[in-house]
This record gives sequence, C-alpha cells and structure tokens, in this order.
Amino acid sequence: MTFSTFTKAIAGGVALSAILTGAALADPALIYDGGGKFDKSFNESAYTGAEKYKAETGGSYSDLEITGDAQREQAIRQFATKGFSPILVPGFSWATALQTVAPEFPDTNFVIIDSVVDLPNVRSVVFKEQEGSYLVGILAAMKSETGKIGVVPAFNFELLEKFACGYKEGAKSVNPDIEVLETYVGAGFEAFNDPAKAAEVTRSQLDQGVDVVFQVAGGAGAGVLQAAADAGKFGIGVDSNQNYLHPGNVLTSMLKRVDVATYNAFMDEKNGTFTPGVVTLGLAEAGVGAAFDEFNADLITPEMKAAVEDASAKIASGEIVVHDFMSDKACPV
Amino acid sequence: MGYYTDLILILDSTVRLAIPLILACLAGLYSERAGIVDIGLEGKLLGSAFGAAATAAVTGSAWMGLFAGVGVALGMSAIHGIASINLKGNQTISGVALNFLAAGLTTFLGQSWFHRGGFTPQLSGDQRFGPITLPFAPELANVPVIGGLYSELISGHNILAYVAFIAVPVTAWVLFSTRFGLRLRAVGENPKALDTAGISVTLLRYQALIITAVLVGIGGTYLSIAQSAGFNNNMSAGRGYIALAALIFAKWKPWPALATCLLFGFLDALQFRLQGVQFPYIGEVPVQAIQVLPYLLTIILLAGFIGRAVAPKASGIPYTKER
Repeated sequence: MTFSTFTKAIAGGVALSAILTGAALADPALIYDGGGKFDKSFNESAYTGAEKYKAETGGSYSDLEITGDAQREQAIRQFATKGFSPILVPGFSWATALQTVAPEFPDTNFVIIDSVVDLPNVRSVVFKEQEGSYLVGILAAMKSETGKIGVVPAFNFELLEKFACGYKEGAKSVNPDIEVLETYVGAGFEAFNDPAKAAEVTRSQLDQGVDVVFQVAGGAGAGVLQAAADAGKFGIGVDSNQNYLHPGNVLTSMLKRVDVATYNAFMDEKNGTFTPGVVTLGLAEAGVGAAFDEFNADLITPEMKAAVEDASAKIASGEIVVHDFMSDKACPV
Repeated sequence: MGYYTDLILILDSTVRLAIPLILACLAGLYSERAGIVDIGLEGKLLGSAFGAAATAAVTGSAWMGLFAGVGVALGMSAIHGIASINLKGNQTISGVALNFLAAGLTTFLGQSWFHRGGFTPQLSGDQRFGPITLPFAPELANVPVIGGLYSELISGHNILAYVAFIAVPVTAWVLFSTRFGLRLRAVGENPKALDTAGISVTLLRYQALIITAVLVGIGGTYLSIAQSAGFNNNMSAGRGYIALAALIFAKWKPWPALATCLLFGFLDALQFRLQGVQFPYIGEVPVQAIQVLPYLLTIILLAGFIGRAVAPKASGIPYTKER
C-alpha cells in the first residue's frame, strides 16, 4: 500500500465514521445492569420509560444487556463512539465505569441512576427510596396479624439498607412494638440472581412468624414473592409494580420511577433541555410511592390507604423527615 | 416457639437447600468414579433447570419438564462424552465449555422464546412439583417430639427431594455391591486392567455419564420448577462447583457425600436464621461475621478433620488403548 492510498483509506474511514455519527446523533441509548432487561424490577422499569419515549415521539433508541462487569466500560465507550446521546446506565454498579469513560466524550450526555458521578456531562438521578419504603412499611405493619414483618435485601449494602431502614421506620410509626426481621440472601452481587435461595430465606422468616415480607433483591425477589404466596402470606414488591405477579398475595409494591427518570432524560435531550447535575426524586416529585391497583385492592382497607395518604402528604410537605441511611450509615430504628 | 421447633424448621430448610447439591454431587460421583472429571456439572444444572422450566411453561406439566430437564443434561453429557471419551480431549476444558454454553444458550433461547430477558414465565399449579404430604402427617403433627419431626421434616417435600435421598443408598449399593459398580470403580482407577479383561472402557464411561446426566438433570429440574417457580439467568449460582467441592470433601463416597451436602445446607440455613439475632452476653453479631460462618467452617473441617482426599487414579485421563 502506497502512502497516498493509505491516507485515502484513513480519510475514507474518518468520513464514514462521521456519517455514522451524524446518522445516529441524538438517539438515546440504554445499557441495562446485571439483573437484565426483563427483571420485572429495576431494569425493566428503565425499559418501560424508554418504550414510552419511543411510542410518544416516534423516535428510536438502542439498548444492550451486558453479561459481565468487564463489559461495562467497553459498552459505554461503544455507544459513545457511535454518537448516541444521552447514554443512560441504570444502577450504582455503573459508577466507576462512567467515571472513567464520560470525560473521554465531553460532547456526549450521560445519565446514571442510583449513584452520583460528578462530571459536567453527567446527570445523576437518585431516589429517596426511604420515603417510598416508609409507606410500604406502614402498610406492612397495619396488615400484619402476628406483629412480625420481614425485609429481605439481596445483601448488606448501603443502598439496600436505605430501603430497609425506611421500611422499619414506617412500620414503627404505626406500631412501635412491631418486630422487623432483616435477612440477607447472600453476601455479594450474585445474590440478585438467586431466587431459590431468596425463597429459602423468606421461608426462614415466615417460619419465625413473619407474615409480610418486603423484598429488596432485584431478580431474586421473585423467589421472595413466590415463597410468601406459597405460604399464603404477603410479599411486597420493589422498583416496578409487582402486584400482578401473585394477585392477592402481593400487598403492594414500592415504586421507584426509574421509567420516569429515563423518559425525562430522553425527552430533555430531544428538546435540547438536558441538564447535568444531581436530580433527586422523592415523594414530592412523585419519584417513589406505594402501588395501588386492581390486584391488591382487596388487601388494602380504607384505613390503610388513608394512613398512607396522610404520611405521603406529611413527607411531601416536610413535616415527616424519613431518615436516609446513606447520610450517616446507620438506622435509628 | 421452642428450641426444638426451631431446630426442626432449620433442618427442614437444610434439606431443601441440600437437595440440588446432593443430586449434583452424586452425579459427579458416578462420572469421576468412572474416570471423567465433570466441571460441567454447573452448566448441566443450569441447562436442565432451563429445559425443565421452559417445557413446563409450554406444556403445563411438571413431569414433561422433568423429562426435558433430564434430556438437556443427557445432551450435554453426550457432548462431554464425545469430546472426552471418543476424541480424548481435555475433560476440564470440555466441561468449562459446557458451562459457558449453558450460561449463554439459556439466556439466548429464553429471550428468543419468551421475550422476558432470559426469564421463563412464572409457573404455578401442575407446572411445578408440589409438596407431598406423607400418610398420617397431619394426624401426627401434635404428637410431641416425633410429630414435629415427621410432619415438618420428613413429610411435605416434593417428589424430587425424596428421589435425591433414595439415590444415596441406591448409589452406595450400585457402587459397592454390584458387578457394574465394581467395573465402574475399576475404570476410574485402572482402565487398562478392565480393557485387558475384555470390558469396553468407552461403554462403561458412557454408562456413567448417562447416570450422571439423569441425576444432575433431576437436580436442575428441582432448582427451577420445584424449589422456585421459573428459570432466571444463572440461577444455578455456583451450586455445581459446590457439589464438586463436596465430592472431594466426601472422598468420592456416597454416604459422606450426603453428609457433606447436608452440612453445607445446614450451615446456610443456620446462617439465615442467625442474622440479626441477639446472642446472650455478646449481643448482635455483625452480619458479615455470620455470613462467613459456612466458609470458615468448611475450611476448618477440610483442613483439620477430613485428611487427604485422593481422587480416583485415572480421573481426568482419557483412555488410549495403545500407544
């Protein structure tokens, strides 16, 4: 190859990639976290938001499921190179990878959910999970006949403790004597994928007299809800509305509107109003909440609903401040 | 609730946690005794869990699920057999390949068939193996001591769990009291001697692999349609590897294998129960300390009490008739 053909080839390549970049510009991308696209939970919620964007705008987006931690940086870089923006990554596990890659693409917008990455082209969306968990805690305590309720986080991790702590606080606000058992499925991220063990942990709680169990275990949570339903007791879903999974045995679900966060980010980019920085979604912003629908209508008494509405109003107005576990790494109740 | 009831409930949980381990461990025992290392147990568990859940979801029958689960394991064993018996390939590599194949293929097929990101639909009713109440269990439930033991611990498991427990004495009998068992042990120790006696090493090793597949297939089926209600990505979660460790622990013997798997199950069940418990004098122990217990005890037992574990001599070595 002579020098001139070589340079032509390079020039051609550059031109081609420029065209590709142009074509894909402003199309958003979504890269799911370990639990997978249809985890009936966190990732699926992001997918729902993206689908809503697609349906409403007629635009398109690209998405990808990773199969291992090693792919994180590579996946973000690939989408960024192809010109997608914003690139949304749901889940705290993405923080390190994004911290590394985002500065390499200053003209691309990134969104991370559940973690804060302080860079000029990154929007970090965090939720006040403790507020939504407080509400389902109230429901659990009012539903329980044994005076014992449970929470099953995937493993001992700050973010999951934030849910558990809010839940405990909510439960104790209506019944100070209630006993809340907390049992972890495993000791690391693999616990999110082990529904069999999650079911066993739940049975262990049920055996001890628990009659309402709140799952904070992503994909493994299906095992928690299954075990509760098998025993004729109540489970509480998380992130997405999971009431439909076992109608009559899922008391409610702690909604975390990842779909809203995803939809908003995509729309902002489309409208040219994308802003970096930290966005916090709580009850006041309708970013979290307890799910009420036809599947749990028979389980919720008017008093329970009234108690939740009352607490919601007080939290939104700031009259009740639910403790954030992340602030001091401790739970007061 | 009294300590006795607590103990029964923990043991009950132990049994449920140990079932897939027992089945996978016995499966590994047959193949390793015949001289074939089966790292692929993990993948077979996963593959058969998927096959069982997918078939049960489509046909609505748990039994069809079981057939499919065992079928998948047989297919995977056939690949392992061709690679390591006929082609004399490296057994560890073939096994690892099976693990990767299972992890990728289950997710891929699950996604293209059910469009739920690798999950199969939630199963219910006849699509799962439900608990079996043994005769007189409800009547005996209130009898002190024995009642709880019988109605909680012995009764109320599903059919696959009972199969796992029956498989242990059957394995012990086959291995140590039958001609087939003698040959199986011989082929793992000294295949040359067997070959000289006019017995086909290839045939014996395939027979062992078939038994392995049936057992691990039942184990995978238990995981997805008895213990859980559906398949999800990587749901075997390392149980195949733990079973292999248990096999070494048990020195390739069936009864010790049962004991080891029950021990692993018990430590897990105990660990769940001890989380967040207030101990007398000590108070609440940090959860990390509780969670490390099973691993810690395993190391202590392995280092201190088990002694040297010697694998079947010809294990992992493909048999070549002439050089």
